[in-house]
Amino acid sequence: MDKWGNNKAWFLVLPVIVIVAFSAIIPLMTVINYSVQEIWGPGQSMFVGTEWFKEVLGSYRLHDALWRQFLFSGLVLLIEMPLGILIALAMPKRGWGVSACLVTLALPLLIPWNTIGTIWIIFTRPDIGLFGKTIYTLTGVVFDHTARPLDAWITVMLMEVWHWTPLVALLAYAGLRAIPEAYYQAAKIDGASAWSTFFYIQLPKMRGVLTIAVLLRFMDSFLIYAEPFVLTGGGPGNSTTFLSIYLVKIALLQFDLGPGGAFSLIYFSIVLLFSYIFYQVLLRVGKGEKA
Amino acid sequence: MKVKKKTIGLVIYLGLIAIPIYWMLNMSLRSNAGILASFALYPKDITFVNYLKIFTDSSWYMGYVNSMIYVSMNTVISLTVALPAAYAFSRYQFVGDKQVFFWLLTNRMAPPAVFALPFFQLYSTIGLLDTHIAVALAHCLFNVPLAVWILEGFMSGIPREIDETAFIDGYRFPRFFITIFIPLIRAGVGVTAFFCFMFSWVELLLARTLTVTNAKPISAIMTRTISATGLDYGLLATAGILTIVPGVLVIWFVRNHMAKGFALGRV
Repeated sequence: MDKWGNNKAWFLVLPVIVIVAFSAIIPLMTVINYSVQEIWGPGQSMFVGTEWFKEVLGSYRLHDALWRQFLFSGLVLLIEMPLGILIALAMPKRGWGVSACLVTLALPLLIPWNTIGTIWIIFTRPDIGLFGKTIYTLTGVVFDHTARPLDAWITVMLMEVWHWTPLVALLAYAGLRAIPEAYYQAAKIDGASAWSTFFYIQLPKMRGVLTIAVLLRFMDSFLIYAEPFVLTGGGPGNSTTFLSIYLVKIALLQFDLGPGGAFSLIYFSIVLLFSYIFYQVLLRVGKGEKA
Repeated sequence: MKVKKKTIGLVIYLGLIAIPIYWMLNMSLRSNAGILASFALYPKDITFVNYLKIFTDSSWYMGYVNSMIYVSMNTVISLTVALPAAYAFSRYQFVGDKQVFFWLLTNRMAPPAVFALPFFQLYSTIGLLDTHIAVALAHCLFNVPLAVWILEGFMSGIPREIDETAFIDGYRFPRFFITIFIPLIRAGVGVTAFFCFMFSWVELLLARTLTVTNAKPISAIMTRTISATGLDYGLLATAGILTIVPGVLVIWFVRNHMAKGFALGRV
């Protein structure tokens, strides 16, 4: 569909640009400012160039946090995408069941992030939590996410999957509903199996919404902060210290503005780079299918 | 047979979603001493002492009021600025359109932790610290791009002949946009409002950084349950349950719009 060429459309976009730029560009400039200076106090600073970037890039604690972050986001995508699609496929297409499913699915998404952490603290405690108690009764193991790294990881992953798979499911469901009934009828006439209907009709048609889902899940899992912070505080040890938690430790608690700023910019570039790659790859894959 | 298996799986999954929330509800209806004394699958002697505490203590319930105020402000601001912009992106080609669209999306990718401190400085410089509007504006950073993105999808589903006919009939743009076009995409506006509400309601870090006492959100107040005697689980669970209530109400009101929005296949 050709769009009307008209540069006056800029006037319609202007309010958005002003309001986002106010919240985006000024703080970003401040961060860039931090990242190249040594700051002792108000008005006392010195230009240090790329010093902080070198220091941060060489820090092994940052490397650890980065690998942990990649592992976490990778697992999140591997579990949540297929699970979300499966749920969307199983959802009813009409009737009261649709509203019931939508409302239940949206429930975890509307809970404030620190409440999510609270829910899972209460839920997994071995003495008062249903999950912890069940594990204890069945296996005799005291489930403790404050002491054992593996338990902490299991809890964080369970929480994450519980919290965000509904978003993938909702998006996939929206994509499925957009497929015209005629496609299914044609597939039926051709005697296509459920598998081939899925691979040749449903999956390609869901490409757009699944792209959004992958991007959103990647970004948000890579930026995760409040839930693990409330649940484990990054521990035990550093086993669940993801990038955001580490960054807040440096920038807000230790008040190392220089390294904090440099770290922030590196962090931002990583997210930007990967989101761009995902976006391009998913676009390419789609084109191949159309041809 | 196959349909049945699918449905059973779905019901089990929805049950798994509900269990942790049920567990918190269970905790909220018991006293803290009762919670620590014994394990129970359901509250045996129900007490509303925790709810009473939150509803009578203004330092607690004002948290909910504050959160509601800035979330509503943010939703209104986001929709107001995003509607015309989304129309521009869906209908017109102009210099730099694709670049601006991608730039808007990149703002969702910035770690909030990056922005916490500069935001604090920015808003204290312009004297807006600890006001509701400060949090509402800060949340525009991630909600406005999202609103533009979703609305653009809905608008592109409306045939352009409608616009052309209206302009030939002599409608000027503002009147056409408000009286004809927006009613056509009201399902989309409902879905967008839902997402704006959701992301603003659940955000913690920026809201906590930008407020001190007057506009402090409930999510920040919840950390107070840790006292000298340890965590008050009953109170914490109650505060948590109450943070879910507004969300549930919002879903309930938009559930039909959502179903319609999903039928259009655009989110």
